[in-house]
Amino acid sequence: MKVPSTITALVVGITLTLASLWIGQNHGLMPVSASFEAKKIDDLFNAMMAISAGLFFIVQGAILYSVFFFRRRPGDDTDAAPIEGNVPLEILWTAVPTVIVMWLAVYSFDVYKAVDGGNAIGSNHMAHQHAPTMASMPGSAMAAAMPSGGSLFSNPLAAPPISTGDNAAQEPLVVNVQGLQYAWIMTYPETGIVSGELRLPQNRPVRLNISANDVIHAFWVPEFRLKQDAIPGQETHLSFTPNRIGTYPLICAELCGAYHGGMNTRVIVQSPEEYQAWENSQKTVATKDPVTVAALIHDEAMASQVKAMGFGSDHSVMNHLRHEAISMTEVAQIAQSL
Amino acid sequence: MTQAELSDPRQLEPIVEADNGSNWREYFSFSTDHKVIGIQYLVTSFVFYLIGGVLAELVRTELATPQVDFVSRETYNALFTIHATIMIFLWIIPTLTGGFGNFLIPLMIGARDMAFPRLNAIAFWMIPPAGILLLCSFFVGPASAGWTSYPPLSLTVNKAGEAIWIAGVIVLGTSSIMAGLNFVVTILKMRIPSMPIKKMPLFCWAMLATSALQLTATPVLTGAMILLGFDLLVGTAFFNPTGGGDPIVYQHMFWFYSHPAVYIMILPAFGMISEILPVHARKPIFGYLAIAYSSIAISFLGLIVWAHHMFTSGTPDWLRMFFMIATMVIAVPTGIKVFSWVATIWGGKLRLNSAMLFAIGFVSMFVVGGLSGIMVASVPFDIHVHDTYFIVAHLHYVLFGGSVFGIYAGMYHWFPKITGRLLDETWGKIHFALTFFGFNMTFLPMHVLGLQGMNRRVAEYDPKFATINMICTIGSYILAVSTIPFVINAIWSWSKGKIAGDNPWNALTLEWLTTSPPPVENFHIDPVLTTGPYDYGYEEEEEALVS
Repeated sequence: MKVPSTITALVVGITLTLASLWIGQNHGLMPVSASFEAKKIDDLFNAMMAISAGLFFIVQGAILYSVFFFRRRPGDDTDAAPIEGNVPLEILWTAVPTVIVMWLAVYSFDVYKAVDGGNAIGSNHMAHQHAPTMASMPGSAMAAAMPSGGSLFSNPLAAPPISTGDNAAQEPLVVNVQGLQYAWIMTYPETGIVSGELRLPQNRPVRLNISANDVIHAFWVPEFRLKQDAIPGQETHLSFTPNRIGTYPLICAELCGAYHGGMNTRVIVQSPEEYQAWENSQKTVATKDPVTVAALIHDEAMASQVKAMGFGSDHSVMNHLRHEAISMTEVAQIAQSL
Repeated sequence: MTQAELSDPRQLEPIVEADNGSNWREYFSFSTDHKVIGIQYLVTSFVFYLIGGVLAELVRTELATPQVDFVSRETYNALFTIHATIMIFLWIIPTLTGGFGNFLIPLMIGARDMAFPRLNAIAFWMIPPAGILLLCSFFVGPASAGWTSYPPLSLTVNKAGEAIWIAGVIVLGTSSIMAGLNFVVTILKMRIPSMPIKKMPLFCWAMLATSALQLTATPVLTGAMILLGFDLLVGTAFFNPTGGGDPIVYQHMFWFYSHPAVYIMILPAFGMISEILPVHARKPIFGYLAIAYSSIAISFLGLIVWAHHMFTSGTPDWLRMFFMIATMVIAVPTGIKVFSWVATIWGGKLRLNSAMLFAIGFVSMFVVGGLSGIMVASVPFDIHVHDTYFIVAHLHYVLFGGSVFGIYAGMYHWFPKITGRLLDETWGKIHFALTFFGFNMTFLPMHVLGLQGMNRRVAEYDPKFATINMICTIGSYILAVSTIPFVINAIWSWSKGKIAGDNPWNALTLEWLTTSPPPVENFHIDPVLTTGPYDYGYEEEEEALVS
């Protein structure tokens, strides 16, 4: 095996390392980050990109070098020097990847714990077991004790003033997210608001109770970097803190039928004041009449869907979807069950 | 490996002419000759590859624009479902295990046939009916819940098509189990006496590891399919939540097979690459034992990682962590293989023919799939990219950049042995260039799509992804065109190609000691092992010592 001179190896090594580190930080592949969790996941991805870039360059570089410099010369029909192995080298390329993946597993575990914040990403099976864990965490006692059925004690004004970013101290906003073919229905149990879009205040922790009506769906907001399946017959959860004002797509990520690709709506992250204003306006609109609720949800969901697909406010498309995607009675039934 | 008994293998070649007058009808009959069965597998599955490819092109055509404007949404879901089913169960698995495994294993170990020739023929003849049945489901509305067929969705759409799909998968799975059993017995019991297990060609090690997975994991898939069939047709509620069933249990059973299935689809290709690289690099394989044992390690680890497909399915934390670590550990034996292959060609005298180009292309492309594989093993990152185009890109880098490149490498390498004639090199290189370019153009941009927020299995998408999707679609058309030179080359060369001779590559494994194509029962004279399978270069070394 031809070993390049020490200086060349050193220069190549340093260049590769720097290039890999640069790629890890500047790949620009992720969409904007709109939650505290997204930042941590992006850091993890950047680290993995840097390592991957390094390994990619080493392997592809060695392959390209071989293809150009070790090709058979015309007329040379002899074999190459018989080298069957090199124990130190083989130990090296077993040990180094082992160390890398072990470090990566530990790092991923850390990120997962930080993102997860008390086993919030998971299914209902675990929820009761984890309730004591959550309660023992500073600041989340209220959250654990709070029933999910429309409590009026959760006046946002009663929340202690907190500094931005210290999201553990704030009581989470609970939203029930229900997936059905082919729309998302958000219910805010504290206020009774029902909406086809997910509106969230900035910098306040959110806890989603995710369920499905018919088949498996998956709640995904790319800008939050979070995804959780909505499974019929069992409730799943997702906890996070949106930290960037804006409108983001909420996408169904699990194949759920013919209109799976159209099962999108919006997540609107607003300043706490704007959110409060919206909440107040919705409370006055709120009605017990399920058909009205249904029509409201349905139109809102459909309108956002149509808009997301790039048709603007094309009424013919909306009408088409309205007739094809879900029947109004179906929506009314769902609204009644809420 | 000791070289005390080194001798020129060419002296051992039998003088008998190949019996070329074999009857074409044999290939449509219940032949028990492993070579006939191997060719039956190769040709049948290649036809299914073309059909699956047409379905993929229809999918890409629909995705050329953000709107649903080419096929209906229902048809679109059916297209990608049947595309995946065909590519996995009727192309990659039958070609690699049934096709190359059948043709090569007995030849490589010096056996006259497989251990159970009739079982072998039965396993093959289960495939065409199952494939035709699956295609016929287009007349009744095919399965359209994805090849994963998750309930409850799979229980609600196109019942007839879903029932056909289940039946097809059960038949194909059974065929795979039969083939696996045959390989284990053949490899362990039918090697020539002079071949200890540690002198087996690495393809045999890979097939041993593959067969172990077929035998362990496939029955679980069959079980899942039977239960799903009951839910679908009889109204039981094993997986149906409306009757108290648990859809997640299906996912566990499904992935308990379907993750190892990935290794069933890649391990034989690993083995073939380990054969092809040393021959055309004129250098021994680097780290024989490490490569051999890493196949076994991958096979074992492959059985305990299935839930990494279910990180967003409400899986308990400790399970997510266990499966994350187990999955990442697989990177170690896989890395050993990749580094060993690179070290094999390093310092060699590379013959850059079509077989070698596809083999090197395999290593290069598989590395990309491997690296994205380590990324998606990480739970927090996978939660973002699960069920997105990042996964589509990853799986195609493994199964096309890996398995299919490996299959093509194998076809160029063993075509002379199978047919007695060489494939045309110029067209082979054009084929490689088009495939390599088309493949990367199709699948590399998909990584970006997934990270940016495009979910998979959708007929319509956000218009902001339109440009990248158009690039992917054009790439897929180039990929489609790339098969044309190969098909023409193969058909033409089969009858009119350059006569290959028994050992056109000067290779040392036993299949090259017999005639091309090999006679019935393979060897005119029982072969005796005089060198290891990869002892290239020792002859020159010895000559240099003498002089």
